[in-house]
Amino acid sequence: MGLDIKIPIGMMFAIFGAILGIYGLATDGNSMYDISLSVNVNLWSGIAMFVFGVVMLLFSDLMKKKVKE
Amino acid sequence: MESSFNLSWVDYSIMIIYFIFVLGIGWALKKHMKDASAFLEAGRSLPAWVTGLAFISANLGALEVIGMAASGAKYGMATVHFYWIGAIPAMIFLAIFMMPFYYGSKARSVPEYLKLRFDEKTRGFNAFSFAIMTIFASGISMYALALLMNTLLGWNFHMSLFISAAIVLVYTYLGGLSSAIYNEVLQFFLIVIGFLPLVIIGMVRIGGWDGMVEKLAMNPMTEGLQHSWQNISPTHPMGSWIGIFFGLGFVLSFGYWCTNFLVVQRAMAAGSMSAARKTPLIGALPKMFIPFLVIVPGMIAIALLNSGDETFHLPMKGDSYNYDLVIPMLLQRFLPAGVLGLGLTALMASFMSGMAGNVTAFNTVFTYDIYQSYIVPGKSDKHYLTVGRITTIVGISVSILTAYVAAMFNNVMDFLQLIFAFINAPLFAAFLMGMFTKRTTGHGAFWGLLTGTFSAALVHGFTQPAGATSLVKGGWTGTVLKIFPSEMVQNFWIAIIAFGVALVATIVISLLTKRTKTDEELKGLVYSLTPKVVDTSKHWYQGPIFLAWVVGIIAIVLSIIFW
Repeated sequence: MGLDIKIPIGMMFAIFGAILGIYGLATDGNSMYDISLSVNVNLWSGIAMFVFGVVMLLFSDLMKKKVKE
Repeated sequence: MESSFNLSWVDYSIMIIYFIFVLGIGWALKKHMKDASAFLEAGRSLPAWVTGLAFISANLGALEVIGMAASGAKYGMATVHFYWIGAIPAMIFLAIFMMPFYYGSKARSVPEYLKLRFDEKTRGFNAFSFAIMTIFASGISMYALALLMNTLLGWNFHMSLFISAAIVLVYTYLGGLSSAIYNEVLQFFLIVIGFLPLVIIGMVRIGGWDGMVEKLAMNPMTEGLQHSWQNISPTHPMGSWIGIFFGLGFVLSFGYWCTNFLVVQRAMAAGSMSAARKTPLIGALPKMFIPFLVIVPGMIAIALLNSGDETFHLPMKGDSYNYDLVIPMLLQRFLPAGVLGLGLTALMASFMSGMAGNVTAFNTVFTYDIYQSYIVPGKSDKHYLTVGRITTIVGISVSILTAYVAAMFNNVMDFLQLIFAFINAPLFAAFLMGMFTKRTTGHGAFWGLLTGTFSAALVHGFTQPAGATSLVKGGWTGTVLKIFPSEMVQNFWIAIIAFGVALVATIVISLLTKRTKTDEELKGLVYSLTPKVVDTSKHWYQGPIFLAWVVGIIAIVLSIIFW
């Protein structure tokens, strides 16, 4: 249906990952992580989401077009 | 309420970005909406993994998420019966045996299949009851979302209701079914990624699975909740093996997954017969593991309460816990700003796609099976595209109304859901007989449906769940012949009896009436008159049959592990 769904999924999770990752770095060691058992859950899920988003984009039509050109 | 969330700017930015993407998908699809088929059937062009994830996502509304966590807290792993036995066999059956008829017949909806196979009255009965049911389901989703936003975040109820309705309206109006399906896929990933940190941290906190089992055993009432089958007995709230196997696993599950247009529509939007058949199977793969995201948190919550952990509390409702708040309370307990916003966005996303799923299914059935069939037939395709668009607006407006009805009269909603449950129970009997025997007639199917529905109401009138206080729960005839341990068990037995009666009535009436459709007309609609589908996949391991075996075996292995 015209639009490759992997593009919006990849973009959204890459952005979410970047925001949470940077926010996690900025708040590292903050007492707000007491509730999550002192794990910087923002940093880790940020990294995971960013990787997921980028992998989605790599497999999307966005990359296929560039290879053809 | 004591348990309000304090959201920070990160949480809000995640929510806002999500909404931008949701609307953006609708916007990007707008230029492809050139005809009614593109708008109402997604042009039958989507790949199997997209329709497969949408297939289970359409069913994974937030009411489901919250309800399953609540059920996990109350009944523990026995709740997985709604997944492993209560969904997987039906999804395999739909994929292998039923999809060839739905997809191959070129019917555009489930009611239209009924029209092709049986007659006008059977289609009408199904189309009208389905249309009303989806509108109410969408309204209930809306109401629940606004209520949750109100209690958790302190947002204004009316504002939450209208904003969520407006967002759903915009993206379904712009992109139709494709837009709804794409957003369901987005929601699927969001739920998995948003809830995973919660489950992992919660599990670590209570000392892993073994720690959880230990803490569940601290209270005799919750001991052994980690078993799915071991505690099943006629006095268990889930009832006996027979009730679970036949009531839940056969009648209710097959009736829902194989005949409900809300989910079947996702498979019908696939790009090829092979993709359509693989849709339910690809959906089944993640479906089997969703219990770990939605049921296990409920058990974690109970284990935390048993262990006397003072950092976690669950508000009371009357003299028991308010189990519906398990997920929100866990989010608040374990997730800091950032991932908290992600978790809440996932919850909102599932409410909204629950609405959108119902609205798009309503659109298709209303436009094709009610408007084009009974109101204004024979117009141009452009005309029906416009009608489909207007139906979106009307459908959502009526949903808002029903949301207010739900807010004002809780009993009205209970009553309506009850009626729909009666209608649904015998539906699978008509499909089973119609698809697999050519002798079943339109009269047989129609009167079978009606007698089945009537007998469901009758069984409900003579039985009650333990502790029933209202006639909506049963016993409305004034004579109670049987008291079931819970409402669930009552539902399983109502379904079994209604199915049995509908089956017998369909057979008897079919034999007494003449066939109205010739063998030629039934080609592609009935098993014995349709050439066997040859799968076109390049390799055997890409075809639906192999996938069905994989899905079936994993479900059995999981059931044994969590025995």
